[in-house]
Amino acid sequence: MNTPNNLFYAKTHEWARKEGNKVYVGITDHAQHEITDIVHVELPEVGKKFDKEQPCAVVESVKSAFDIYCPVSGTIVEVNEELLSAPELINQSPYEKGYFFVLELANEEDFKSLMNAEQYTKSIEG
Amino acid sequence: MNYIPVSDKDKKEMFESIGVKDTQELLSLQIPETLRVKKLNLDKGMSEQQLISLFKKYAQKNKSNLACFRGAGIYDHFVPSIVDEIIGRSEFWTAYTPYQAEASQGTLQAIFEYQSVMCELTGMECSNASMYDGATAVAEAILLAIRASRKNKVIISGALNPEYISVIETYTKNLNIEIVKIDIDSKTGALNKDTLNKFLDESVAAVVVQSPNFFGTIEDMQELSKISKDKKALFVAVVNPVSLGLLKAPGEYGADIAVGEGQVFGNQMYLGGSTFGFMAVTKALEWKMPGRIVGQTVDKDGKRGFVLTLQSREQHIRREKATSNICTNAALNSFAACVYAAYLGSQGIKELAQTNISKARYAFDKIKNIKGFVPLFDNAVFFNEFVFKTDKNIDKINEELLKENILGPIDLGKIDSKYKNCIMFAVTEKRTKQEIDKLAEILSRV
Amino acid sequence: MMNNNKTLNEIESNRSTVIVESDVELNANVDDKYKRTTVPNIPNISESTLLRHYTNLSRKNYALSTTMYPLGSCTMKHNPLVNEKIAKFDEFATIHPYQNEESMQGSLEVMYELQKDLCEISGMDYFTLQPAAGAHGEYTGLLIIAQYFKNKNEKRTKIIVPDSAHGTNPASAALSGFEIISLKSDENGIVSPEKLKEVLNGDVAAMMMTNPNTLGVFEKNIEEISKLIHDNGSLLYYDGANLNAVMGIIRPADIGFDVMHINLHKTFSTPHGGGGPGSGPVGVKAFLKECLPSPFVVKDGDTFKLSFNDKQKSIGAMKAFYGNFPVILKACAYIKSLGGEGLTQASKQAVINANYILSKLKSKVKVPAGNSCMHEFAMSLKGALGNDIKTLDVAKRLLDNGYYAPTIYFPLIVEEAMMIEPTETESKQTLDEFIDTLLNIIEESKTNPEVVHNAPVNTSVRRLNEVEAARKPKLHW
Repeated sequence: MNTPNNLFYAKTHEWARKEGNKVYVGITDHAQHEITDIVHVELPEVGKKFDKEQPCAVVESVKSAFDIYCPVSGTIVEVNEELLSAPELINQSPYEKGYFFVLELANEEDFKSLMNAEQYTKSIEG
Repeated sequence: MNYIPVSDKDKKEMFESIGVKDTQELLSLQIPETLRVKKLNLDKGMSEQQLISLFKKYAQKNKSNLACFRGAGIYDHFVPSIVDEIIGRSEFWTAYTPYQAEASQGTLQAIFEYQSVMCELTGMECSNASMYDGATAVAEAILLAIRASRKNKVIISGALNPEYISVIETYTKNLNIEIVKIDIDSKTGALNKDTLNKFLDESVAAVVVQSPNFFGTIEDMQELSKISKDKKALFVAVVNPVSLGLLKAPGEYGADIAVGEGQVFGNQMYLGGSTFGFMAVTKALEWKMPGRIVGQTVDKDGKRGFVLTLQSREQHIRREKATSNICTNAALNSFAACVYAAYLGSQGIKELAQTNISKARYAFDKIKNIKGFVPLFDNAVFFNEFVFKTDKNIDKINEELLKENILGPIDLGKIDSKYKNCIMFAVTEKRTKQEIDKLAEILSRV
Repeated sequence: MMNNNKTLNEIESNRSTVIVESDVELNANVDDKYKRTTVPNIPNISESTLLRHYTNLSRKNYALSTTMYPLGSCTMKHNPLVNEKIAKFDEFATIHPYQNEESMQGSLEVMYELQKDLCEISGMDYFTLQPAAGAHGEYTGLLIIAQYFKNKNEKRTKIIVPDSAHGTNPASAALSGFEIISLKSDENGIVSPEKLKEVLNGDVAAMMMTNPNTLGVFEKNIEEISKLIHDNGSLLYYDGANLNAVMGIIRPADIGFDVMHINLHKTFSTPHGGGGPGSGPVGVKAFLKECLPSPFVVKDGDTFKLSFNDKQKSIGAMKAFYGNFPVILKACAYIKSLGGEGLTQASKQAVINANYILSKLKSKVKVPAGNSCMHEFAMSLKGALGNDIKTLDVAKRLLDNGYYAPTIYFPLIVEEAMMIEPTETESKQTLDEFIDTLLNIIEESKTNPEVVHNAPVNTSVRRLNEVEAARKPKLHW
């Protein structure tokens, strides 16, 4: 399972990548593997604010649907619209082409409670 | 009568295998004795022959097979023999919901064809597999518009079928949705675009308009749709499939959602109880649509097949977050409509619409010339239903008509006191010239 | 050989007759602004071609008339033919809903009789026949509960739903404006009064229960649960999906339920029609009568009338008119033909049939509910199968053997679940053959996994690509 070192992870299997004040958010390789073939996503509205751990998107396979929780609080500034017509990108490239959205970080502190790659790897093995 | 094919000898062997001596012991493993009921106080069962005579007796208390000039949501259209033959095949009517796709290709392809027919008729991109009836389809369309727009105000035409308005009220009252009803122009019998404009602003999620409306008038859907979309409201068209052989399709005037009652296609009236609602939407709304949807795909060997799809919208997966709670729909009734539409073909559907409007116009002209009957609306353009004002005794009119086995016009005053002394006639392709002439003759002498 | 795999639009034929003929002069011009400009792509084909098309399609279906349908919680029992015949009577088919009451006494009497009989079977005091399906009935019942508290000026916002419930339960509660509290079942798959106490408070409007539940187990603590719920000022809702287990054995109203729905297309033998129409009558105890939707049928001397509740106190209308009449008619005929004794026998035999299958399978599979069940049982195939074969594969292999597959992956609380409900209308021989087939497939999973994994091969298509169907939806021709 691929778990890049430069990312932060939530226990609900989202990752967050910080770029200045912007944060890219997606789901982990482990999560996409467990969900299996992703057929649809629902993305949040640009401009909407979310608190940390608030449900903000939905990812769906043929026979199931999962809420995606915001790993850090902030305002959505961009969503990855390509996923709407090609949700398989999440399976193929969970950390790059399959990101869900970008948000503007509201509280730097939120990162403190996220896991690093090592901790996350451990958590999914346990 | 019973339908249990298990003999006493079989039962004994079954009890042995289970390890109990009788039913009593078996039930006591599950249900505390104190909770048990002694017996059901119902009539004794009966044989098939007795059953048929009992229900013949009930049936004969109805005054049936009338020449029907009554509509208001349920219409008396002719149902060709092929419809009964096909939906009467037990491989269709005794089948379950097609969850196991490989064993249900007949039903699945039939639904796919139904969806295609509805898309073609309405000019929309996606149809679901059916809703319960027109009223619930309109209510669900409103919930869909609210979900998609994330706004909570909806404008509905006051000339929606009153049964639909009641159901909309029931469906929305606990959900913090504001319904604004706007009246039609009392002169033209249609919605006035300026009135709609007055109520419209960008807080409106959707505008719901029925055409032909409850009073039979054809609305200027093109114009109303444009005004609505200018204010970023979704446009919900409530339409009669029969009229679509002649009138503009919702897709042609940019509707976002098209819904309506499908009984008119291939289903008999049955006290208003053999219905289905249809719902068709734009591509943008397909993942937000309620109800089952069938899609085309391929099997392992690349052969074409059909499956229930976009299922993660539905209650069996999404539970309280589903787009609707609907599970069982009205599959067989919508299948009847598909067979009916296929039997008529595009040409037949056009002829059907033309015949309806022609006969309605013929009847309208006849009645207009009778003393004591005045059209309620000036210059209204109607499809197969129209309203007259009369100073005659409406109950008496209908009583006289019924004596001649004619089901006369509906007394609108009984539905809404605003329409006291108003009667509404529906004239379908099934009414003969002779029946219309007879109707006129009785109206003129009552 | 004829190609029977076309969709309608691919058929080339010609109309054989003029279908609609007008005996008045055509006078159909309308202003251009109203007029359709596009021609719908609906083919014009002959009756003979159309008949072949659909007759051939029908052969690609498994149906109750061709095989056993052991679908848990769906009660796929035989649909008696006489009921179909009665439902086709012209005297019922040609009635307009706005005829005056005197001219539709027969139809009203049928509705009245069914309302009355359902009251006797369930113990409830009043029934509405308006809801069009089970989920629609649940929705009606929950709106009734909401209305009851509204009429009392009491604010209650939550509904308790056990985690073994059908998906329609939480979906209907959400649609009615309630929040859902999901209640975990105990280790035996039933509702535990202790756990219930933890979530009960003044916000709880009602709890929904299916009894027997979806594991096929009777909720034996129902008396205690009912007391807890009612002492809390809340109501108890009965999901009638499994009523076929208990007709003439218990009555929901007698054991504490206040509101319930019934699926006529399950318990009362009306056909499923490939997914509908169904009918979901809702019954209530007398104190909830004013909340019922309008209209319902009452008897006044020798005549039958439509009666309307006070608009302010009732939930309003659930659909246009009075309910799915042909379904109501068939269910009424079913009850009249069986009578009280016949209905009781039906339930008892349904329980015997389920327990018989259970007795033959329980040494091979895990049955969370234990050694006995009501009219159905859920089992877990986890650990019973070899070579990474899953429940889904077993279901598909059953299709190869000519059976429709049981409900799978439900209830959600059972891993690799398969849920079997044989109903009372299957013979012992049919049950024996089904049991042998199932055991044989379990054996195959160990000895010849490929055939299970590749199943089905005997159906008109093989396993279908559902992922592509959802990713690139093609929803019409």
